[in-house]
Amino acid sequence: MYQYNEFDQRLVNERVAQYRDQTRRYLAGKLSDEQFRPLRLMNGLYLQRHAPMLRIAIPYGLLASRQLRMLAHIARTYDRGYAHFTTRQNVQFNWPKLEQVPDILADLASVQMHAIQTSGNCVRNVTSDHLAGICIDEIEDPRPYCEIIRQWSTLHPEFAYLPRKFKIAVSGAPQDRAATKLHDIGLYLSKNETGDIGFEVLVGGGLGRTPIIGQPIRPFLEKRHLLSYLEAILRVYNLYGRRDNKYKARIKILLKELGVERFTERVEKEWRQIKDLLVLDQAEIDRVENHFSPPPYEPNVAAEEILDVHKQHDKSFATWLIHNTGQHKIAGYAAVFLSLKSPTAPPGDITQQQLDAVADLADEFSFGQVRSTHRQNLLLADVKKSDLYNLWQELEALDLATPNVGTVTDLICCPGLDFCSLANAASISVAKGIHQLFDDFDYLHDLGDIKINISGCMNGCAHQSVGHIGILGVDKKGVEWYQITLGGSSENDASLGDRLGPAVPKDRVVDAIATILKVYTEQRMDEESFLAAVRRIGIKPFKKQVYANH
Amino acid sequence: MQIIKDKEIIEDHWQHIADDPIPPEGCITVSLNRWKAEKDRLIARDGGEIGLRVSTEDSLDEIADDLKHFQLIALGFPTFTDGRTFSFARLLRERYHFQGELRVIGDFLPDQVFFLSRVGVNAFEFDETTDLNDALSALNTFTVAYQAAADEAEPPYRRSLSKPTEGDASM
Ligand code: SF4
Repeated sequence: MYQYNEFDQRLVNERVAQYRDQTRRYLAGKLSDEQFRPLRLMNGLYLQRHAPMLRIAIPYGLLASRQLRMLAHIARTYDRGYAHFTTRQNVQFNWPKLEQVPDILADLASVQMHAIQTSGNCVRNVTSDHLAGICIDEIEDPRPYCEIIRQWSTLHPEFAYLPRKFKIAVSGAPQDRAATKLHDIGLYLSKNETGDIGFEVLVGGGLGRTPIIGQPIRPFLEKRHLLSYLEAILRVYNLYGRRDNKYKARIKILLKELGVERFTERVEKEWRQIKDLLVLDQAEIDRVENHFSPPPYEPNVAAEEILDVHKQHDKSFATWLIHNTGQHKIAGYAAVFLSLKSPTAPPGDITQQQLDAVADLADEFSFGQVRSTHRQNLLLADVKKSDLYNLWQELEALDLATPNVGTVTDLICCPGLDFCSLANAASISVAKGIHQLFDDFDYLHDLGDIKINISGCMNGCAHQSVGHIGILGVDKKGVEWYQITLGGSSENDASLGDRLGPAVPKDRVVDAIATILKVYTEQRMDEESFLAAVRRIGIKPFKKQVYANH
Repeated sequence: MQIIKDKEIIEDHWQHIADDPIPPEGCITVSLNRWKAEKDRLIARDGGEIGLRVSTEDSLDEIADDLKHFQLIALGFPTFTDGRTFSFARLLRERYHFQGELRVIGDFLPDQVFFLSRVGVNAFEFDETTDLNDALSALNTFTVAYQAAADEAEPPYRRSLSKPTEGDASM
């Protein structure tokens, strides 16, 4: 993974010093709440319901074991012993003290981490495919480009005060696992007719209040123009994006108001004037790429046989293997998902003991690296198949082996009313309720791949509009209700879910989900997935059953 | 009144003229509207230099041809979160090659002067409550930067001297 050089380190250290001074001036009354707000947000600090929340960047979801141990240390020292992974591959702490944040940042800087631009109206942490570098269908590893974009966007002097937040994702494989179409800028590495690799550029995707799927504005962009093209898009947005209404300020609205043609024209016109001034040199791509060269694999095709023996002896292991491991491009290796969706903990939460233990497991089994995924799980990307049985036993003991990855209970969920000051309704307790439907894993596994996303308000942090089943907390005269949508997806076939009908009250939401799942099992054809079934039969049969007795 | 210019605290000798009559003597700035309405008279005036106040709602295209008349352009922040000012400054320097004083006025913070100086602003006119020494030291917040901008034509990977070799701070 990318290692800071002296230059990178100096920048992060100076950022800590700057933020320390800003905190000092705020506490001394020299900066007003209003003035401090964007400054702290640009460093990931929210003030919410009970305490501040600090969001820390995990660039494209990649962590070294040493960094994981630092997160454990922070959870122990400054928080209540746990951390929370987000849907954008970042990590959050829910209980830090405002005056201790500079110390937390200094600790983070000591392991090449930071909270720069994890919030606020600026370019946010770049996200990517959690299987980057190991999946079989990859055109090229997207991570070097993520890192190049990270550096370019970090403390960019022109784009620190945009109309609204700005998110970029890069995908290196035809199968989209990074929700690329749902970002302000989505980049797909792609090949042109002559076999050169570059980027397809999409703009204007986004979730939140007005979910929209991004539109292609350039089918092929040469690598050398990557940064100038991004700069052109950002400049057009910075100059013309709406600033009069917070809810109309995302680039998707500018794109809509101008129309994709005029928007593209403006970007291209701006770009032509700067494209020769800001060239991404191949030497720089090579330099960064060197940091992502493959670890010293020991391919082993015979590993399957060892696995077979364990599978026959241990049914739970066999089940876990099916659900929580994935294919790897090197023979004899597998990718292992660590489920942060145990029935006993809020989705995405992990304790400091677990963090330390995962760091040890990463060192022992996966070249010392861990990844965070968009569905709030962790991943050990490079595990030898011959180690899987041992690893599974360790994970079992840590409550990180719930065999539910990609199933109904692998739901994603925002902090909701329990922590977030913007929430209309609880989300964690709904997640819990759904978990309780499944004391029987066989039923869960029979249902197959179903993605449930639960957000506590319209801001949609858990991306409910692209969940196969989306659950959105709404407020009706101070009471918690839930709006259900069906048929959303964030993958290649990205789509927004359709509303099932009127919102349901809190005490009926879990029943409603149970009914929806029942309708699916009754109506599905052969191996048809939930999403395919919804697309085939439409929303009506579900609606009929859910509202039958009301 | 004192301002920061070219990294020094200096006494300011410019006057911002709103709707008042144009004084015969002294350096003055006017709004774009006033400039458009009284351009000929202002050009003919020989009692002092002319500056232009540009707001974030104005369009730079409109002033491109007139830049040679101005010794100063004052970019006004309506609120400190209005980031258009940063693009305006950079375009004025890099695209329109404006060489005169580029000043920011209005609602902005000492915390912004580092980025502002990177996009080409060389003068800062704060309200009276701001400690100019704080603002002056904020100009040195960072000693490194990843981007090319108005102050630095090349990104770090082309500045071989300032980008140290690999592995200097490896974990
Ligand atoms: S979706 Fe709403 S309630 Fe949930 S974290 Fe986001 S802002 Fe808070």
